[in-house]
Amino acid sequence: MATETTNSDGLADVMGVQSHTPADTAPGMPQLDFTTFGNQIFWLIIALVAIYFILSRVALPRIGAVLAERQGTITNDIAAAEDLKVKATEAEAAYDKALIEARAEAQRIIAAAKADIQADLARAMAEADVEISEKTAESEKAISEIRATAMQNVEVVAKDTAEAIVVALSGSADAKTISAAVDARMKG
Amino acid sequence: MVAEAKGAEAGGLVFHPMDQFIVEPFFGDGAVSWYTITNSTVWMAIAVLAVFALLVMGTSKRAIVPTRMQSVAELAYGFIYKMVEDICGKEGVKYFPYIMTLFMFIVFSNFLGLLPMAFTPTSHIAVTAIMAFAVFFAVTILGFVKHGASFLELFWVSSAPLALRPILALIEVISYFVRPVSHSIRLAGNMMAGHAVIKVFAGFAAIAAIAPLSVVAITAMYGLEVLVSFIQAYVFTILTCVYLKDALHPHH
Repeated sequence: MATETTNSDGLADVMGVQSHTPADTAPGMPQLDFTTFGNQIFWLIIALVAIYFILSRVALPRIGAVLAERQGTITNDIAAAEDLKVKATEAEAAYDKALIEARAEAQRIIAAAKADIQADLARAMAEADVEISEKTAESEKAISEIRATAMQNVEVVAKDTAEAIVVALSGSADAKTISAAVDARMKG
Repeated sequence: MVAEAKGAEAGGLVFHPMDQFIVEPFFGDGAVSWYTITNSTVWMAIAVLAVFALLVMGTSKRAIVPTRMQSVAELAYGFIYKMVEDICGKEGVKYFPYIMTLFMFIVFSNFLGLLPMAFTPTSHIAVTAIMAFAVFFAVTILGFVKHGASFLELFWVSSAPLALRPILALIEVISYFVRPVSHSIRLAGNMMAGHAVIKVFAGFAAIAAIAPLSVVAITAMYGLEVLVSFIQAYVFTILTCVYLKDALHPHH
């Protein structure tokens, strides 16, 4: 690969290490310097064995366990979520049922209350009616009494007035005659 | 070629796009022997620490509702786990830690390599080839252990006309043995090329007139490399899964 020749092979020049450093004696490609192979192979094997032990003893079991645990957690969580969903549906159904029952109960209570109130009202109305009719009767009686007294008073006043008028006009008056005349007029 | 021409015109403009791949001792100087701690070693170690930080420290709370870090760790886990399960089936799941190891190492090496001054271990064929051959041998041995000689039926395409089968078998055998090569070169090549191109563009920034264009080009390349870093890790992993599937279910 390494050529000291001045041929037109540019690649050789580009790659050529005809220069300084320990590579003076090395071939053009350090990759083909077989003196370093033993060293590289030795350390490569050590590195690979080290990585292998790190991986197989610690890293891979741990990562595998974490992944499995996560998978388990996710599965459990999904199952729990399904459970909760079913429970929620059940609870909703129970709630709906309770609601419907409560509504029916409320309707029933309202109807009963309405009936009670209606009955109370009817009874109160009847009582009130009776009271009113009693009061009316009493009032009518009172009115007729008042009317009777009023007529009597009118009669007395009429007789007195008539007597006074007669006295004023004729000087004397016969009380009996006047009373009879007034009675006759008031009947007329 | 253009690079060379421009470089020549500007005079003194030097490109060392491959220097970034040089493996050198991290502490001090000297030769690189098999145990030396090199820049490659350091960045591999950082990748290991990053994997530890993300997958262990990031998940330390084991939260049911994850934090951001834990989310990323779980994402990575789920991504590879699903890939293994989809391609290899249930029997493949027990190889998941190995495939995850490869993926995490490659993806972190690739991404960390994008940091300025960083070194990309996966840009080296030595690294990717070892991983690819490890996959190749593991899968081949696994295939024979699981299925014995009948693993060879993988090469015998029973759905093809009888006359064609020997030819197809030959092609299948060749492609089977080319697998580790393509598997490793694809990753190393992509990593190396991207970094080298960015370095070349960076070299042009020395010329004032071209510098803005160079910066734009580096930005664009960098964005592309971010994508490539992930895609190559993904491709390496998914091909590993496909090869593993062949070993587990060799019958077409």
